Amino acid sequence: MLESNNRSIFQTINTASPIDKVGVEERVARFQTRSIKDDAKSQGLKMVLSMIDLTTLEGKDTPGKVKQMCFKAHHLHDLHPNLPQVAAVCVYPSMVAIAKKSLEGTSVKIASVATSFPSGQSNLEIKLADVKFAVDSGADEIDMVISRGKFLSGEYNFVFDEIAMIKEACGSARLKVILETGELCTLDNVRKASDIAMYAGADFIKTSTGKIQPAATMQVTYTMLLAIKDYFEATGKMIGMKPAGGISTSKLALHNLVMVNEILGANWLHNEWFRFGASSLANDVLMQILKFETGSYQSPNYFTLD
Amino acid sequence: MENKKNTSEAHEWVYSPSLESTSHIEIKGKYELFINNEWVAPTSNKYFDTINPADEKVLSKIAWANEQDVDKAVKAARKAYDEVWSKISAMDRSKYIFRLARMMQEKARELAVIETLDAGKPMRESRDVDIPLACNHFFYYAGWADKLEYAFPNQKTEALGVVGQIIPWNFPLMMAAWKIAPALAAGNTVVLKPAETTSLTALKLAEIIKEAGIPPGVINIITGHGDTGEAIVKHPDINKIAFTGSTQVGKAIQKALVGTGKRSTLELGGKSANIIFDDAPIDQAVEGIVNGIFFNQGHVCCAGSRLYVQENIAEKVVEKLKHRMKSLILGNPLDKNTDIGAINSKEQLQTIEKYIQIGIQEGAELFQCEGTLPATGFYCKPSIFTNVSQSSVLSQEEIFGPVLTIQTFRTIDEVIQKANNSPYGLAAGVWTDKGSKIFNLTSKLKAGVVWANTYNKFDPASPFGGYKESGFGREGGMHGLGAYLKIIK
Amino acid sequence: MSNLEVLKTYKLYIGGAFPRTESGRFYNPISKQGEVLGNICLSSRKDLRNAVVAARKAQGPWEERSAFNRSQILYRIAELFSDRKEIFLKEFQKQGSSLEAATIEFSTILDRMVYYAGWCDKYNQVLSSVNPVNSSHFNFSTCEPMGIVALIAPPSTALIGLVSLILPALAGGNTVVALASENLPISAISFAEVLNDSDVPAGVVNILTGKQEEIAPIMASHMDINAFISSDLGSIENPIAIACIDNLKRKFTYFEDFNLPESQGLNFISDLQEIKTTWHPIENIGGSTSTY
Repeated sequence: MLESNNRSIFQTINTASPIDKVGVEERVARFQTRSIKDDAKSQGLKMVLSMIDLTTLEGKDTPGKVKQMCFKAHHLHDLHPNLPQVAAVCVYPSMVAIAKKSLEGTSVKIASVATSFPSGQSNLEIKLADVKFAVDSGADEIDMVISRGKFLSGEYNFVFDEIAMIKEACGSARLKVILETGELCTLDNVRKASDIAMYAGADFIKTSTGKIQPAATMQVTYTMLLAIKDYFEATGKMIGMKPAGGISTSKLALHNLVMVNEILGANWLHNEWFRFGASSLANDVLMQILKFETGSYQSPNYFTLD
Repeated sequence: MENKKNTSEAHEWVYSPSLESTSHIEIKGKYELFINNEWVAPTSNKYFDTINPADEKVLSKIAWANEQDVDKAVKAARKAYDEVWSKISAMDRSKYIFRLARMMQEKARELAVIETLDAGKPMRESRDVDIPLACNHFFYYAGWADKLEYAFPNQKTEALGVVGQIIPWNFPLMMAAWKIAPALAAGNTVVLKPAETTSLTALKLAEIIKEAGIPPGVINIITGHGDTGEAIVKHPDINKIAFTGSTQVGKAIQKALVGTGKRSTLELGGKSANIIFDDAPIDQAVEGIVNGIFFNQGHVCCAGSRLYVQENIAEKVVEKLKHRMKSLILGNPLDKNTDIGAINSKEQLQTIEKYIQIGIQEGAELFQCEGTLPATGFYCKPSIFTNVSQSSVLSQEEIFGPVLTIQTFRTIDEVIQKANNSPYGLAAGVWTDKGSKIFNLTSKLKAGVVWANTYNKFDPASPFGGYKESGFGREGGMHGLGAYLKIIK
Repeated sequence: MSNLEVLKTYKLYIGGAFPRTESGRFYNPISKQGEVLGNICLSSRKDLRNAVVAARKAQGPWEERSAFNRSQILYRIAELFSDRKEIFLKEFQKQGSSLEAATIEFSTILDRMVYYAGWCDKYNQVLSSVNPVNSSHFNFSTCEPMGIVALIAPPSTALIGLVSLILPALAGGNTVVALASENLPISAISFAEVLNDSDVPAGVVNILTGKQEEIAPIMASHMDINAFISSDLGSIENPIAIACIDNLKRKFTYFEDFNLPESQGLNFISDLQEIKTTWHPIENIGGSTSTY
């Protein structure tokens, strides 16, 4: 386990260059002028589908709800052959066992939120127990939240150590670290939190819990992708990225993939390294795929809502 | 680089071509001269081809005006000035110019497509930068026509009369707007000559001028070559010459004006310094480098063609720049995904290639991305040279292409000195997070436009122009009015 | 086929919608010729309250729009107003103008709209400055809109008085709560329809109809209104001025005859602008300071 008093890590974090938000906005706007058509669009849409973490994180989740969502995960639109499966489902720890059973025999992963999601306002003991519960129930991936209050008070060591300890508790499960960028507010903070998370052992860095706005804006995703790139250049280690919340249209999803493509390159264009945390995105992508193949605009009536 | 078709990498995602449609635009087979809101054949009956630099195909035939045609145009402009434009109310002038702006906005897409075809610049740039700025320039100046007394408090001003304007090929329609709009707002009438490789959008503007009901003779568009421009410069009944182009031609024009009493403004070449300090927002600075030298294929008078990067971050910046260059897509300008379009002419491409060779011979180190250029058309890969010094030819002479020289510096005093060490003084870029440093630098850099933490930003409200041999006079903003007025009290 | 006229109902314009007065009351304004102009909404203090809430909500976004964008919107108002010439000529005549006077009023208003549209992206250039202070600082002064401007339309014109007060406030990034002329209110509402169609965001302009003696004091004492402009209010001028003092509203009384083409200018905009001055240090480089 890494230790936060490792000087080189904090040297990296403290000497990171500042971020100019206006410049970021202009770069992001330029990404949004990329026009993805024809084969590139078809390929892109299928990639998006394969990268979705189909999510349900409601207080009122029940086994019934979770089972139906899990079915959808590997039966997106059976009327159309050769569609990929989504990457994973994402649920609360209490629903992991149900999801595990529903998805037996498929390649869809089970991701569980943990560590007192979404607020993270509890103690380490509880958070570790939360992780253990999820992992023991069969989770392949853990989506943890960082302690934003501690971060904003400047207690970066605390934030770092916490992530390192959660990573240890994950065992072989992959750890996604949710920064909750909407609460961090500035891009400089997002960058700092990204660096802390990666150096502390994250396998993925993730934008948001999806419970507050703003969630995954392109500016924030861009900043995190650059952090991943710099980390890769410095260490040779690939880290995954997951924007979550606010990406409900195919167009937006494709623009996100354009960013991944042009900043990190083709190696990251796979669901092992990039995910979309979304619930309604899948149907929009399906409608786009059908439009592409039939030439007609689609109606939501023809795609299942689970 | 250019979109490759097949690859062995499993996840490679190549963007399919996304060509802008040309089915809705109209380019006539032949264009005459636009005088008095009429299309008039050139006296010599000579025409020249205008081609698409992306595929070398002929787009249209353009009239070649000679001295007599210029004389007709000037007479038309003079008559329009004496009888109409100096007589109508300022509010009416304002309304006419607003009409032009609005009509250009209505036809924006057609104008953008034609600009891309004629000039070779990427569709995205024509659509998102050139044409909106051109429309907005008219819109901004329309509102000054009836408010001139506020721009010159306590002074009475009067229009100059007939102005002759000669514009370059790098931003054809936008340059036409930069010239015509303030001239008209100030009450002058115009004879404008577009560049010979890019006449089409000015001629489409002529159609709009007529459609908008601008009184005949107020704006005349006279196409031709250098001799046409010379005829305008030498015409005795023109009160002012406005020129944007090379320093060499600018000096020749200024010489021809000596003793004539004609006013002039010149917007000439540049070799602008783009300076990155170690406390800069580095990823945004790298974007700024790209915007500074590769925007419009580097055909920009204020291009950030000399990069100065603080030595302790130089390696990191150059690495990031090379990586960024890999995602620049070079190809068909009509493709909406193209970042780097065609070089405007064969001549210009030869000039750029000559400089690249000079750079290599001087011992500088060239980097270009891999990939092949299209088989037809004039193209040049974005190029950066390291191991360049202040006395390299490459870092002194204007190349006017996508070629960047990179030098390092240690201290702020050193870079100010190096940045100013040039006969040019058009623009400069400064990248640092420290505000107090910015304000000192902006006052010390001898350039007409200083961009802090950004580059190549233009706005009709923002004055633009150079120091030293980059020319004199300002275009845009309140300060852009003075060039078209005389103070009479 | 029926030729029976469908009579127009004139309502208020608040928050981008046309509600009736919440009080349900009406009054009958009488034109110069003694003709009843309809059952016009008699606004209450609550309508004013709602208008101010809408104006406050809209003010931040309106101010944040680029000057160029505001300029385009104001020009669009002119475009649509121009298009509805017949409607306004008819209304002006209904309210007592001759055709000739109505035509003059119409074209003066139109020119004034184009005039102020052209100011949006220029007044700041004319009114701002970089100040040569005696210390190593970059010091600049620029304009900022005051916020919500309450205005009472000059009573005796059908529209030009109202528009002459609204446009400079709008051009300068303020939002407006206006009371139409008590006896000549109907064109104010037709004008609101033009605004609504011109991409003017909801709440940026709000127009009430009703009685000056009822609404003016509420405007004057409202603590969330930043400026109050009108022509001479006669007998209530002083009490209104005193009521404005509680939150130090900036108050301006204009004596111009707005029918005249020259009754427009930069001062109408600058009256409704605050001046903000900012200091930023400038480093000494090589022992020398900057030259600002």
